[in-house]
Amino acid sequence: MLEARGLCKSFGKVTAVRSVSFAARDGQITGLLGPNGAGKSTTLRMLYTVLKPDKGDALIDGRSVIAEPLAARRSIGVLSHGAGVYNHLTARENITYFGELHGMSREDREARAAELVELLEMQPFADRLAKGFSQGQKLKTALARSLVHRPKNVLLDEPTNGLDVMAVRGLRKLLAQLRDAGHCVLFSSHVMQEVEQLCDEVVVIAGGQVVAAGTLADIRARGGDKLEDAFVALMEPGEPQPEAKE
Amino acid sequence: MNLRGIWAVFRKEFRENLRDRRTLLSAVVFGPILGPVLVAGLVQFGISHAEEQSDEDITVAVMHAERAPNLLAYLTARGVDFEKVSFDEVGARQAVAAQTHKIILDIPEDFGVRLQEGQPAPVVLFSDGSRGFDRRGVGRVRALISQYGIEIAQLRFLARGIDPISVLPISVQEIDVSTPSSRSVLVLNMMTYLVLLSMLFGGLYLAIDATAGERERGSLEVLLTSPVPREHLIYGKIYAAAAYMLISLVLTVVMFSVSMSFVGLEQLGITANLGAGAATKLVACCAPLIIFGAAYLSIVSGFAKSYREAQTYLGLVITIPTLPLMFAGMLGLQAKLGLMFVPFLSQHLLMTTVVRAEPIEPTFVAVSVVSTVIYGVLLMYVAGRLYRREALLG
Repeated sequence: MLEARGLCKSFGKVTAVRSVSFAARDGQITGLLGPNGAGKSTTLRMLYTVLKPDKGDALIDGRSVIAEPLAARRSIGVLSHGAGVYNHLTARENITYFGELHGMSREDREARAAELVELLEMQPFADRLAKGFSQGQKLKTALARSLVHRPKNVLLDEPTNGLDVMAVRGLRKLLAQLRDAGHCVLFSSHVMQEVEQLCDEVVVIAGGQVVAAGTLADIRARGGDKLEDAFVALMEPGEPQPEAKE
Repeated sequence: MNLRGIWAVFRKEFRENLRDRRTLLSAVVFGPILGPVLVAGLVQFGISHAEEQSDEDITVAVMHAERAPNLLAYLTARGVDFEKVSFDEVGARQAVAAQTHKIILDIPEDFGVRLQEGQPAPVVLFSDGSRGFDRRGVGRVRALISQYGIEIAQLRFLARGIDPISVLPISVQEIDVSTPSSRSVLVLNMMTYLVLLSMLFGGLYLAIDATAGERERGSLEVLLTSPVPREHLIYGKIYAAAAYMLISLVLTVVMFSVSMSFVGLEQLGITANLGAGAATKLVACCAPLIIFGAAYLSIVSGFAKSYREAQTYLGLVITIPTLPLMFAGMLGLQAKLGLMFVPFLSQHLLMTTVVRAEPIEPTFVAVSVVSTVIYGVLLMYVAGRLYRREALLG
């Protein structure tokens, strides 16, 4: 369970996020939808404790990211933008390294890595150095890395960027599996179709603010039959906000 | 305090960089092999050249040899060969500059006449002072000619009934107190410099890769979401860089010890005190500097936005700690208590003492070790603060 409570963040004179509040529940996939520069990444980064909110707080399973960042980090798995992996480690070593950082014993993290290699169908490249991995292989490695400690909450920043159709389908399947296993999944995207296909709940962000939130049906009801129409309708009332740099 | 995270980061960085050719080359090849080979090569070159010089007969080209037969006979008797040439002054200058003749002696026309009249009789010696290796030959010819002059003077005094001894009121006796070991320091000063530089280079690429490199690859952000205090992450990276520096340091000292034992230093009148005992002491002198160096490099590359930027910074910054060494070389600084507070310089001075085989002052060692360790810990703290900053993500 993730809760954002009035999150604000500025970088110098640029306000990236102004008072964002929403909740992402367990057993659901929540999509953070918005145009480029809307403040999606900044919001996620505050949720996964890399940035400190200027105002407001975020709770991860009830733990404040400000007051107890270490405890909050234990129950989140993060796939950051770009998903960089360590080139001179194998995919498996990339995974077990994070298991070690999460305090897992050697047997535990190795067993879990084997499990994830199977789940994500990484067998062909699991023991190769990550140097020279394709975008899809890198993403799988980064995803497995973020899941190694069996986090209750999974946060993904634009996970489908740069992936081919097959990889996107695989990712979609995995996120659905996570949801069915009772995880709270939150991901950001600027691609409407993706959100439409995957999400139970949508939070629409524009200009650093939440402009709409609810189930797909709710959002559609506010702007039109297709999510795209609804999205455009939501963007239009306010003037386009200056792009925030993240 | 839970140190698990530090250990995990240390192991991962150590292992990952073991597979990185660039890091490995700079840690175990460039410093440890190139430095010692370079110094040994220079020393060897110096030795063989010096040997050649002393064995070589001096050959002097003489213009108008017929004007001073006695002088030339005197020189010939003392091992100087002649070659008669006929140049004018301009030709002589050109011949020396072009090195067709190294030394040219010109006997002026009135040489014999002036000598007979008891007037100062000039001779002209052409040589090229910028050719270092030839200077000794010129010095020898000059000394022989003045010796010839003194002998003539003594004969003249004798002819006038004056004891020639009375016109030599001062006789200089030269005593060279440089022991073989202390002379070797001139050569080996360069060695201590290379040891310190090679040590820093050993951890250079790891420091860049673990900070600026990790940020550039986009894995830093996820690393920061692990439940490990941020300062522990950088401590692990600093320790890994320190481990590479230690490897580099030990290898470099061992290589110097080995390579110098192959070079015939004794022939230069040098005994380098670089046996196993001295090598161990050298490593021990420098070891406290490792944490300092690793933290220093990590902090600088932590500020850089990219790998390339960090490389540019560090190329400059890595030479800063070694600047005091250059001053020490120029000023001929000796080990003093006050200087033991200066990192790098104190290690240089202690190493020099070890190589000279002079007794080491225990208080100097204590001050050097303690102060360097304190600076290292302070820099670690600064690095930890740096990793707590949000701006780290760029």
